[in-house]
Amino acid sequence: MSDVLIRGGRVLDPASERDELADVWVRGGRIAAIVPPGTVLAEAGPRVPILEASGLLVCPGFVDLHVSLREPGFEEDECVLTGTAAALAGGFTTIAAQSDSSPVVDNRSAAEFVRLQADRAKQCRVFPLGAVTKQQRGEELAEIGQLVQGGAAGFSDAKHPVANSEVMRRALEYTRMFRRPVLHFAMVPELADQGVMHEGFQSTRLGLRGIPAAAQDIMTGRDIALAELTGGRVHLMCVSTRDSVARIRQARAAGLGVSCDVSPHHLLLTDDVMERFDPLYKCLPPLRSREHVDALIAGLRDGTISAISADHQPRAQEKKQVELDQAPFGICGLETALSICVQALIRPGHLTWLQLIARLTKGPADVLGLPYGTLSPGQAADITIIDPQAEWTVRASAFASRSRNTPFDGQTLPAVVKSVLVDGAVRFGVTPVASVP
Amino acid sequence: MLTAGVLPVRWMGGNGCCERSGPGAMQLSELPLSGPWGERHLLGLERLSAAQLTTVLDLAEQLEQATAGGSERLSLLKGLVVANLFFENSTRTRTSFSLAARRLGADTVDFSASSSSLSKGETFIDTALTIEAMGVDMVVCRHKTPGAPHLLSRHLRAGVLNAGDGTHEHPTQGLLDIYTIRRHRGRIAGLTVALVGDIRHSRVARSNIHGLVTLGARVIVCGPSTLVPTEIRQLGVEVAWNLDEILPEVDCVNLLRVQFERQRGAFFPSIAEYAELFGMNAERIRRARKDLLVLAPGPINRGVELTPDVADGPNSVILDQVSNGLLIRMACLSLLARERRAGTGGAL
Repeated sequence: MSDVLIRGGRVLDPASERDELADVWVRGGRIAAIVPPGTVLAEAGPRVPILEASGLLVCPGFVDLHVSLREPGFEEDECVLTGTAAALAGGFTTIAAQSDSSPVVDNRSAAEFVRLQADRAKQCRVFPLGAVTKQQRGEELAEIGQLVQGGAAGFSDAKHPVANSEVMRRALEYTRMFRRPVLHFAMVPELADQGVMHEGFQSTRLGLRGIPAAAQDIMTGRDIALAELTGGRVHLMCVSTRDSVARIRQARAAGLGVSCDVSPHHLLLTDDVMERFDPLYKCLPPLRSREHVDALIAGLRDGTISAISADHQPRAQEKKQVELDQAPFGICGLETALSICVQALIRPGHLTWLQLIARLTKGPADVLGLPYGTLSPGQAADITIIDPQAEWTVRASAFASRSRNTPFDGQTLPAVVKSVLVDGAVRFGVTPVASVP
Repeated sequence: MLTAGVLPVRWMGGNGCCERSGPGAMQLSELPLSGPWGERHLLGLERLSAAQLTTVLDLAEQLEQATAGGSERLSLLKGLVVANLFFENSTRTRTSFSLAARRLGADTVDFSASSSSLSKGETFIDTALTIEAMGVDMVVCRHKTPGAPHLLSRHLRAGVLNAGDGTHEHPTQGLLDIYTIRRHRGRIAGLTVALVGDIRHSRVARSNIHGLVTLGARVIVCGPSTLVPTEIRQLGVEVAWNLDEILPEVDCVNLLRVQFERQRGAFFPSIAEYAELFGMNAERIRRARKDLLVLAPGPINRGVELTPDVADGPNSVILDQVSNGLLIRMACLSLLARERRAGTGGAL
């Protein structure tokens, strides 16, 4: 079962820094070998199905560190089935599910429910994130040990910052013994109170309440200090500011257990778009100004930012068709993530393809210590095949996600996900043709 | 300031008391415009050119003549329905818009909601679509959220007139302030206008800034440093934190109301301290230019932004602003109605 030959593609594997034309042989759902094009494996059977990848990029399946699946509790936005289908459509084969369902994933059975639903959905791999604190209130630690037994790959209170430094300190200390990171959203709540966009000239001009960059910078600085104090592992989600990148760069150079990710829309859009007053652009952290975007791109280039996360925040249409201050934050991001990255990073020449794929695969996998995001022989054959030359027009109404809250609807974007394999089986897109090699 | 050669004789003819002849018979297509307009909606002053702004100001002035100061009726908007959608309380502005629409012969319908329609479970857009489906031609929208009228303008066929969107813009207030200054000074270009007070939370400040800067005035914004964001310089204004330093240079001072209801937390230690530092009082009037114009968009907090003797004194044009507001709103409604008629091929 699940034998396939992916033939003639440009194979990109950040784990081995491979970027060359090669054939990928999959046997029994695992990577068997990566060989020069045309090489016939002696042990291969006579009728191996073939995926033609000429002109295409063959990459490890993407890994996303924090996807809001919204089930249970907010099925009007998304459920595990539609969220994982959206992940596959975006090229993601492994996702960590954010803990912000209702009830919150702050106990073992809630974590196991997510896994159960993911098993039933049979789409991509799903690892639950457990809440850091009970009810995500930032007051008492959740049952972190039990959550680990329930399958939690890491801990996060989603968009709720653990504002109390004492609680955060204990969380970083306590998670150490399970070798799991805390994925934290760094923001000083009182500086962001009622804000709807980045604070700066545009917010002043538009009369919209701002969230200053300092709201993230201050909390990033605190988290780094606590990582140093505790020796714990903190991963900062959705870094969006110049100074946060600078602080994290310094912390990583000092060998601290600090990592971070960035969302595609923060790399392509600036706060200028808020002049449309469109709630579809309202996200948290807010879209920043040009200087911050440039710093994020520099951080991706030098590896300070080792992961890109779609920050998938699906929201039902009616929730976004309201006034800007009433609308919830968030962008439905999985299905456009790759194309936005290509538009923002590859086309202008900021990143090589191998660098971009690293930030979508090995980078995030390493944050959670998962054995995915690589094409190393023997590993699960989770593979995403991309047509880098093709373009597509975003049709939100055709999303696999249950939600349509994307600001990119109708836009023509580069790079198309052609096929996505999990354990060597095609779960999305073009399927192999049975053939004799 | 009447533009010679533009004013049709029929506007001046008759005694103005009868709708069948004289100015009352004026058609929308015959509006005496001195310049370009071309806007379906009036959402803010930021995007308007000097020529467009002047068109409104000139038309308001003509309407002042034609209606004997706004007290007589025309039938320019006869058969049209103007809906006042007020999602935020405002007696003054709503009354002014209603009066303006009726003076022009339109039917008006008032719709008030204390805050958002969400409280009733209906989205804001659905509310507006429902009102529009009743046959509304123009919507006057007041809302506490910046951009709410912009959202409406993308969903409605009706013309949308922003009557104040949160802390963003209040275009008719900006226009009436500018109109008032022009009536008293005869020009805008070259004047120095100080906007004093809570600039951060003031939609009136933003509309004034855009209009005044576009028309060539020098604008100084002045107030407590917590309420005057320095980024606002990028709009072409000067920032000052000391009223007494700038006072001798200014031709007009516009005293913005302290927006207690829009502030998040305390931006200054006490009202007394604010009045001490930024309140306009007799002492400051003495140190200012003799012909200083004192404007205040109201409702004014007597004893905070200005003392009663200043509010009622010879430099004050506060009540002029109110009556000019009627003319400006008549001008804006006429222009949007004309645009709407042109857009529907005259099938109104």
